[in-house]
Amino acid sequence: MNGRLDELRGPVPSHPHDARAIAALAANPGCARRALLDAAGVDKDRTARHVGFPAPFGQSQFAITRGNVFEALVKENGCAELLRLLRELLGLPVSEVGYQDVENVGAHLRHSHTRALIDRAARESEETAVFYDHPLFSLEIAGHTSYLEPDVVAFQLGGRFHIVEIKSFGVIDGQAEPQKVAGAARQAAVYVLALRTLLAELGHDPERVSHDVVLVCPENFANRPTATLVDVRKQLAVLRRQLARMTRVDRLLEGIPEGLTFDLAPDRDGVPTRSAQELAEALCQVPARYAPDCLSTCDMCMFCRDEARGNGSTDLLGRQVRDELGGVSGMAEALGLAEGTLEPAEGQEEVARLLRTANLLREECLR
Amino acid sequence: MSALTALAQLRAIRDGIAQPITTVRHCHLAPHPMVFIPLRLAGEAAAPMGAMVGTDPGHPRLLVVPQPRNRDLRFAFTAELAEVVLPYIEGFGKTTETIEKKGGEPYERCLDAPQILVPNPQAVTFVGLLGRSTRFRRVDGPYPVHPSVPLLGRWLTYFADRSQHPGSSLLLTATEALGAHWATGQSGLEDANLAALLGWIDPPEGMTGPGAAEEAEDPLLWPPAGPATDPGFDNEVLGPAVRAYEEAPTERAVERVAQALRTQLEPTWRLMWRSVELLRALPEGARVKDRWDVDRGSFTRFLERVTEGGPPQARRDGAVGAAARLAGLERARASYDVQRAYDDPLVMAEYRLTGEAFAGTVTAADPEHTEGEGRSRKLRPLITVRTEDQVRLTPGATVGSPDRRGHAAEIVEVVDGEVTLKITKGMGRGRTPSPGSVPEPGERVTYTSLTDDFQSSAALPDPELTPWTHGGPPQEYVPSDEDAQEEWS
Amino acid sequence: MTPQQEAAAVVDAVLADLPRNRGVVVDSPPGAGKSTLVVRAAGHIAETGEPLMIVAQTNEQVDDLVERLATEHPDLTVGRLSASGYVTPGRVLALPNVSVAGKLPDLGDPAVVIATADKWAWIGDRTWPWAIVDEAYQMRSDKLLRIASLFERSLFVGDPGQLDPFSIVDGERWAGLSWDPVQSAVSVLLRHNPDLPVHRLPVSWRLPASAAPVVSEAFYPFTGFRAGTEHGDRSLELTVNGMRTSYDRALEEAAASGWALYELPSRHTVRTDAEAVQAVAVLAVRLLQRAPVAHSERGSHRVTADRIAIGAAHRDQVAAIRAAGVPEEITVDTANRLQGREYDVTIVLHPLSGRRDATAFHLESGRLCVLASRHRHACVVVARAGIPELLDAHPSAEPVQLGVPVKFPDGWEANQAVLAHLSKHRVAAH
Repeated sequence: MNGRLDELRGPVPSHPHDARAIAALAANPGCARRALLDAAGVDKDRTARHVGFPAPFGQSQFAITRGNVFEALVKENGCAELLRLLRELLGLPVSEVGYQDVENVGAHLRHSHTRALIDRAARESEETAVFYDHPLFSLEIAGHTSYLEPDVVAFQLGGRFHIVEIKSFGVIDGQAEPQKVAGAARQAAVYVLALRTLLAELGHDPERVSHDVVLVCPENFANRPTATLVDVRKQLAVLRRQLARMTRVDRLLEGIPEGLTFDLAPDRDGVPTRSAQELAEALCQVPARYAPDCLSTCDMCMFCRDEARGNGSTDLLGRQVRDELGGVSGMAEALGLAEGTLEPAEGQEEVARLLRTANLLREECLR
Repeated sequence: MSALTALAQLRAIRDGIAQPITTVRHCHLAPHPMVFIPLRLAGEAAAPMGAMVGTDPGHPRLLVVPQPRNRDLRFAFTAELAEVVLPYIEGFGKTTETIEKKGGEPYERCLDAPQILVPNPQAVTFVGLLGRSTRFRRVDGPYPVHPSVPLLGRWLTYFADRSQHPGSSLLLTATEALGAHWATGQSGLEDANLAALLGWIDPPEGMTGPGAAEEAEDPLLWPPAGPATDPGFDNEVLGPAVRAYEEAPTERAVERVAQALRTQLEPTWRLMWRSVELLRALPEGARVKDRWDVDRGSFTRFLERVTEGGPPQARRDGAVGAAARLAGLERARASYDVQRAYDDPLVMAEYRLTGEAFAGTVTAADPEHTEGEGRSRKLRPLITVRTEDQVRLTPGATVGSPDRRGHAAEIVEVVDGEVTLKITKGMGRGRTPSPGSVPEPGERVTYTSLTDDFQSSAALPDPELTPWTHGGPPQEYVPSDEDAQEEWS
Repeated sequence: MTPQQEAAAVVDAVLADLPRNRGVVVDSPPGAGKSTLVVRAAGHIAETGEPLMIVAQTNEQVDDLVERLATEHPDLTVGRLSASGYVTPGRVLALPNVSVAGKLPDLGDPAVVIATADKWAWIGDRTWPWAIVDEAYQMRSDKLLRIASLFERSLFVGDPGQLDPFSIVDGERWAGLSWDPVQSAVSVLLRHNPDLPVHRLPVSWRLPASAAPVVSEAFYPFTGFRAGTEHGDRSLELTVNGMRTSYDRALEEAAASGWALYELPSRHTVRTDAEAVQAVAVLAVRLLQRAPVAHSERGSHRVTADRIAIGAAHRDQVAAIRAAGVPEEITVDTANRLQGREYDVTIVLHPLSGRRDATAFHLESGRLCVLASRHRHACVVVARAGIPELLDAHPSAEPVQLGVPVKFPDGWEANQAVLAHLSKHRVAAH
């Protein structure tokens, strides 16, 4: 299977999945195109750009600056502020805390260093609390190892671990934007799973990593941080499901033509060698399941939307409309049924009757 | 979402232009609404970057915060905003009418109320947060502000809260108001872009709806309607302008930021007024005025509360306050749904499609039919209505009709497209029905199980008597110094 | 311990806790003897001579309770408060020890007064030393707020696995507040009074041995329960022979195993899928034609139409099923309105049947839980093929609100668990 996936990707290294990408696996699992691109480690962002449909995702420098400033503030003086928050939140009897910045050892050693540190902490169940900053975790995604570099911190006390996720959106009077919290929870769940996997590999009880992650955000309108526990059990269940699904992509591979590839191999100047036209045609060989929600979650969204427009698909209008149309997938077809210019196919009699009635009502009222 | 709207969307795509989904306008539109377009600094919850505001399409007022991380500049912005908004609001408090209340004291109600229009729901959230961040500020103490700042905060909070009230028109968003009257050929998510939505409804000369909508997605041609700004604009234009101000806070530097923001706000300003024109062109629904009356009453009460020096709204609802608000919202929601259907045959059509309403022609009437004997003898006129609609109402169901106020009937029988109804209300007090109260053969009628006949909810305890199940009496909310000094980074 | 002993021990513990606490909560899975407990506790309290108020959520629930209470405690005087427009059913009128009135003084001075929560909210000026709140998980906390000052201490009984209360308006504003008015009465009560004892009835007397483990694992993953009867204790006999049609085979499968999945070909349809609606109606009619007899620990009886229910997710589906020619005596209703009811056999139109996408409404675990746990003998589920694919493709992007406890089970997982079990009892429509 991996051979086929490598062929799909072409002779470029597998695009690493970061936690955000892994968390997004659940955004539209029904999309075969996305599942294959992800499983093969294809760089979706570059692919979308190359075919002329870049995703409209940009980040403002103001937001980036704000995020960095806030994170630095939380971590300053060996996470002193963070310790204060955790003391209050978890009721910890700790006055002092150790601080290990894994980044200090250099990139190539970070993963093994993280392993060693976590192993020691779990083995000795150290009584002193320790923060692990910039740990490097790994997770198997469809047979490839992805390395995760959280700007998060793992915290352990007495051999129990918490993932700490620092986000710069505000918590105002105890509440934050539910979509943003959900995003943070999904990402944190990836780290919880990675840390649990690591503990299990090392022969420790994975349940020592709490499913309650600590979300640290600015409070109200200030920079002062506040911490909240977020239970990520549901996100963990979804994540496990999606990772298990990724190992079953062979089912998707069965249907695709021999020799198909999304190869983006660059020439000497970094420009992909394949024509955009050819790549777009290759992409269209694998069915997508476009929904408007893709516009905020998938790099390929503009390409797939354009394709859905070309096909006159009712997917364009959203899942709800699609269900309202009783599964009729083509817009012209639905209109034809409504206006009586198209005879319903077998099994369409009922939706045809509904659309026909709706059409008559509209005409009656707008006469 | 109904099959009717879905169908309208399909037609929009085929015809290349948005399709009406109502026959009348369901929101109030003031003669002189105030348009307010706020912009927020990216990455912050409620740090204002700038705004365009005013009641005259030809004369927008541009407000700018040249360095949004500077607390003083932000408060200066709020004070300046208050200078525009407060006189507008307070102007409506001057003329009132006396309302006689059945079984109660007569009370005063403002003859008209302010109406604020913002581009989208995110702007409402921003209005709420700006209100939240300013209503507790004090005019004395460590970080004193101008007296207008906390006052504006309370008003903004009021407007944001009120906008959650179904059917209220005090604070409207353009995308929702337009979206309630037109179906476009794009998804709800894409309709959240005001320029794209208007592109479908009212494409420029020589363009189709989808073409205009596609163009509207280019932030260089059509900047986002806020409060979030385009990241590209932030990085390439605004960022350098703000840095220039930091280095040298001169008039010129302020003007550079102002100029940058003007380019982002002006297109939306025009779209907002175009939205007003489009909505104004629709005939107003019959019950819109009733709901505006309720809005005026609500506005008057809040104005009185502010005038009497009541405390600012609490950070969050207490147990009793939450339950009271929920009851009010549910009541308004149900009532709004009924009123829209009664005002608009196209909205009623959705209920006809699901079998909760039917329209047809009266084929027979027995206006003097009675039930019971002797003293309990009651006038119960019978009518039979022939309908093509698929009726899913069962005998015994109570129905109302948009054709006659105060009219109610009961389904007696539904057989093969013939519905027999027994009229139970609205015939007057005489032994025979008052003229016109019973539909006559040949008349076209509509009946629906949707009725505006709600049980009012029982009283709630006084907040200070909150029971133990709900945490007991709350500590009385006293705005603290801490609230007033809350940091603003 | 036998199931009887186990259940009795819990009831004793509840009764012992009553005088010691301001509130006692009892979680009762489907058919675990909730009403029995209420009747028993009412008798127990009445013995002390102190007045008792009982709160239920719907008029039917009130009438059911009145009937059981008045029958099982013939010496007890019971008052039933009702709102205007309520027509007292014959079964209540026939009870000699029951009085019915719209106002408290008109009831005389009964030992027990029963009314809906809505009606109680209009009663003031008096406090009762004792209250029992039935179906407390289906009661919204704002309703409890209106009546909580009427009693000094209370027993709260309900099923945490059924549908949560809901509102037609968005309740996001109150998310995370301990007194969130759209949360259930029990969750608000326990957030403010975390030390109150919470008991759990451990045995379902309704669900047969074929259903209890399935429902328990899918919907009560952390607080399981068991069936009060063994596999051999219940059986459903179809006394008229079938014709080997797929309908007959589905009914036979359900009679033999307690479950059947009548599966129609995969297709995306409108909500009132005519074929599925037809299948539901035919199954109901055919079931009656097969003259089923239920054998159980209570003896044997003919399963008549009033012992059969049909459940669906939406009101228009209910109307369509009704219109498809189902005998009038068979109950046809939505999950919401089937809560708390019990039948011998149920026929369920699966909420996800014929859909391309699921919404939170269709995935809500409580909905499926209600539909899959109303029967004493057998449950026939009608669905189109393709639900596993729908679940597999379901996007997961639920918003998360701070300070709101995560609720289990997850609708997705619960649906998956039930479906996995049903697939063993699949009969394909031909």
